[in-house]
Amino acid sequence: MFGRYLMLRLLLAIPTIFCVAVIVFVLMRIVPGDPISMMIPPGASPDDIENLREIYGLNKPVLDQFLIWLNGIAEGDLGRSISLKLGVGQLILNRLPATLELVILSMGIAIFLAVTASVAAIRYKDTLVERVLDTFTGVAQAIPDFLWSLLLLLFFGVILPLFPITGRLDPSLSFDPITNFYFFEAIFTFRLDVVWDLLAHLALPSFALAFPLAASLSRVLRGSLSEAMSQDYITLAQVKGYSRLEVITKFALRNALIPTITLSGVQFAFLIGGTVLVEYIFSYPGLGNLAISAVVQRDLPLIQGLILTFAVMFVITNLLIDLSYALINPRLRGR
Amino acid sequence: MPTTSVFKISSFSIFVIVLLGFAALFAPIIAPYDPMAQDLKNSFLPPFWLGGTSEHLLGTDSLGRDLLSRIIFGARAAVYVSVIGSFFAALIGVVLGLLSGYFGGALDALISRLVDAWMSFPSVLLCIVLAAVIGPGLETVIVAIIIIDWTRFCRVVRSETIVQKSSDYVSAAIIGGLSPLKILIKEVFPNIAPLLVTLLTLEMGIAIVVEAILSFVGLSSSHIPTWGGLIQEGRLYVNQAWWLMGAPVFCIVVVVLAFNLIGDSVRKRIDPVLRA
Repeated sequence: MFGRYLMLRLLLAIPTIFCVAVIVFVLMRIVPGDPISMMIPPGASPDDIENLREIYGLNKPVLDQFLIWLNGIAEGDLGRSISLKLGVGQLILNRLPATLELVILSMGIAIFLAVTASVAAIRYKDTLVERVLDTFTGVAQAIPDFLWSLLLLLFFGVILPLFPITGRLDPSLSFDPITNFYFFEAIFTFRLDVVWDLLAHLALPSFALAFPLAASLSRVLRGSLSEAMSQDYITLAQVKGYSRLEVITKFALRNALIPTITLSGVQFAFLIGGTVLVEYIFSYPGLGNLAISAVVQRDLPLIQGLILTFAVMFVITNLLIDLSYALINPRLRGR
Repeated sequence: MPTTSVFKISSFSIFVIVLLGFAALFAPIIAPYDPMAQDLKNSFLPPFWLGGTSEHLLGTDSLGRDLLSRIIFGARAAVYVSVIGSFFAALIGVVLGLLSGYFGGALDALISRLVDAWMSFPSVLLCIVLAAVIGPGLETVIVAIIIIDWTRFCRVVRSETIVQKSSDYVSAAIIGGLSPLKILIKEVFPNIAPLLVTLLTLEMGIAIVVEAILSFVGLSSSHIPTWGGLIQEGRLYVNQAWWLMGAPVFCIVVVVLAFNLIGDSVRKRIDPVLRA
């Protein structure tokens, strides 16, 4: 039963991705300006230009270009980047791990901050602590991650130079990873100096991504926590003599976490989108940074490939969220 | 959850917004220098409290242009874009929201699916791609704001219209023989207008950030100073002259907070449930 549901959802994901592919392709064709004109050296002959058009397939009719592109995707080939002169698929695969590491760390920080803040606000209800936390939550949510990046960069990268503000890893560290998951590889090979340096580079961008997210998560978590606190089993735990903090963390939190987990799934997808600017600001070599340079360079194959990648990531995330609902609540499987 | 509880917000917000509006309207009069005038002998002057001169209160940039004047003209671009962008986003969102909420059925299903699909894609990415497609310029930023943010209005107005539709005064208007169009304009719209004010205030803050983002990545006009453009330039020299980036970032943060807090307090004032 569950297997059938899974199959159905996977099949439904294909038309969604196809639609995104069509939209992306059409959008990119109405861009004014010729991508070839960006890459020719001054004084190139018309023959050279024609040659380049042929190499990138830009001399063919639009429909043919689309079919070639689709056919390529089906074979796992996303075309060649015009500005970087490398395979788009390879470029994306090289950059993806850096973005995933950033996103996972940010999510971890956001959940930690949200849980700590909500538990503290409930524990110290109606005191100054709660009001201060309220203010922090309000400010953290009002300021988007773009501005948090700039603020953190200024205060903890420049005025107080505690953290590096560009890149992913100090090039003077001799580290030759086999994969691009630097962080995980460094942990498994016990390169603690590398782990430390990676964390220092990740600190500012991941906190910038985590703050607004932590604020919205903690609002939901606090709501469900205070609801849970009025339940009978909480009164029972209090009668049994557990301290207030124990009552919150051992009994209320477990039940209150479910809505927060579902929300963090939704937010995870948006976090991937948020990395675009944050990576650009910190010159972090991930997908987002690649996306901005592709847009600025009008690199059509690369933009198409990147947007498709983002779309696939959203579809997968949404699919996982829906599947987790179905696992929790069997009644939803029929839908 | 009240954010207004710790310090008095409303007066702060009003002060910031009035100041912003004033700077935008009278930029050519109050700016001490031409924002584009270069003075290469006086480049990278620090602000006056960091050892600069009182002639350039916030210092100068890499080409010796006066930072304060550039900030003031940047406020003009930000206000221009966010007022026009928010207005048209609201217009589209309200019209579609009213129709969708009032008539329901297939029209509602169509508009709702459209909104869902729209909102499931991260707006920053959509915005950047869109701006790249249209080509750089202030108008591009306005179009991007409208195309991305009409959904915010549409969703809220739709659900509010559904609530209003079931109320007695609408039934009375239907019995009275008013056409649906008249009911929407004369009966439903005035009742959702207070809500719209809140949404518009919040939207202004968002639009200012969108403008900053697009000019930051170089997709807004490069011929006039914009806050995002100033941040982009400042980012290049952040290790020598952090104030070049610091000043515009400070302005945007303060303005965004002001709009958010005013949105919050307006919502509290007009929503009796929250007020209690």
